[in-house]
Amino acid sequence: MKKKLQKITIAVTGLNAIDSPGPGIAVIRAVRESKNFNVRIIGLSYETLEPGIYMHDLVDKTYQIPFPSSGTESLLSRLQYINSIEKIDVLIPNFDAELFSFIKLEKTLRKEMGIKMFLPTQEQFEARHKVNLEAYGKKHGIKVPHGKKIFSINEIPSLRNEFSYPVVVKGQFYDAAVAYTPEQVATHFNKISAKWGLPIIIQQHIYGSELNVTAIGDGKGNTIGAVPMRKQYITDKGKAWAGISIDDEKLMKTTQKLLKSTKWRGGLELELIKTSDGDYYLLEINPRFPAWVYLAVGCGQNHPEALVNLALGKAVKPFKIYDIGKMFIRYSFDMIVELSEFEKISTLGEL
Amino acid sequence: MKIKRNIALSDTGFVFNPSSGDSFSTNPIGMEIIKMLKENKSKEEIKKQILTVYMTDEATFEKDFYDFGNMLTKLNLMETPEVKK
Repeated sequence: MKKKLQKITIAVTGLNAIDSPGPGIAVIRAVRESKNFNVRIIGLSYETLEPGIYMHDLVDKTYQIPFPSSGTESLLSRLQYINSIEKIDVLIPNFDAELFSFIKLEKTLRKEMGIKMFLPTQEQFEARHKVNLEAYGKKHGIKVPHGKKIFSINEIPSLRNEFSYPVVVKGQFYDAAVAYTPEQVATHFNKISAKWGLPIIIQQHIYGSELNVTAIGDGKGNTIGAVPMRKQYITDKGKAWAGISIDDEKLMKTTQKLLKSTKWRGGLELELIKTSDGDYYLLEINPRFPAWVYLAVGCGQNHPEALVNLALGKAVKPFKIYDIGKMFIRYSFDMIVELSEFEKISTLGEL
Repeated sequence: MKIKRNIALSDTGFVFNPSSGDSFSTNPIGMEIIKMLKENKSKEEIKKQILTVYMTDEATFEKDFYDFGNMLTKLNLMETPEVKK
């Protein structure tokens, strides 16, 4: 007898499957592969050219939502409208920049609209912020390269006193570039601050191989799942175009220790550097799944499905194993889209 | 000379290091030597096997084995002795 699948409506952001992709499409593929749910996917988009809007085999319907800069009130009212039609069970935000608004609205959405999320707390979200990372590392016993936030290019000459070149120049939400001279710091400062605002974070550059971990914590200190990956092919934006799951016991222990110590709630990505001495430096914690989270599914750990279960209040058993040596290779694909579809999302804000 | 325990070697000579995600290809002789290293065979045992099967002399084996070992070390495929910090 066939198992009856639970019907569930999941709203997902991050439909920008572009050269620097959002995680939305990977998350959707993962939850669509669930053996327990029969999902209807509602895409939530910010821009009309996000490819996921037009991927009808993955996304059943898409609604545009206001940019985070419009404030939580306009987001709430838009979600009220969308929910009145779609009756959303679970919402999975996938952008760092929107998380603050969704964390703020978590209780309201659950109580007033029945929409569940499984997000980090506001304290967890703030504490791991790039500008606070050094103190965060000290608190949780993980090495972090020395960093400093700067607000003006006038502060660049004095960086020599604290850092040795090269350094990494980082935006508060996205973007990072390596600078070998103060002049290069100034160039990156202007470019990144124009896009993501101030402050800019200066971080000591560490040589080594870049490793990433996608993981999910249950909010009580338990690691529900974790899969480490080494980037094999990196785009000019520093994004992984191909990667491979690896066997690194020390890295797994470091991840579990961090999730235990922080009682992390929800999905996250750790970005680390492993030096030739075998030391690990934490570069960043992204408070949501990475765009490559589908590799975890390929390795036998469906993290997005686990997140949906946690959001629904179901007990989730931690994954114990994953496949080592599984690779992902990203590809680009030209979709043909009718102008009428573009017109619909542009004028009506839904498709 | 000890190769890392978790190094995987396929029948086609594809070598995979699961700790780093690195992979390499080796020729049939390299494959044979890695296989013997994985079986914990000593250098003397490997030398005996190679000199029996292939038309080569001891001096050439010594030189090539030394080079090959260095290459495996550089590629991070060999166990490194614990260094007290």
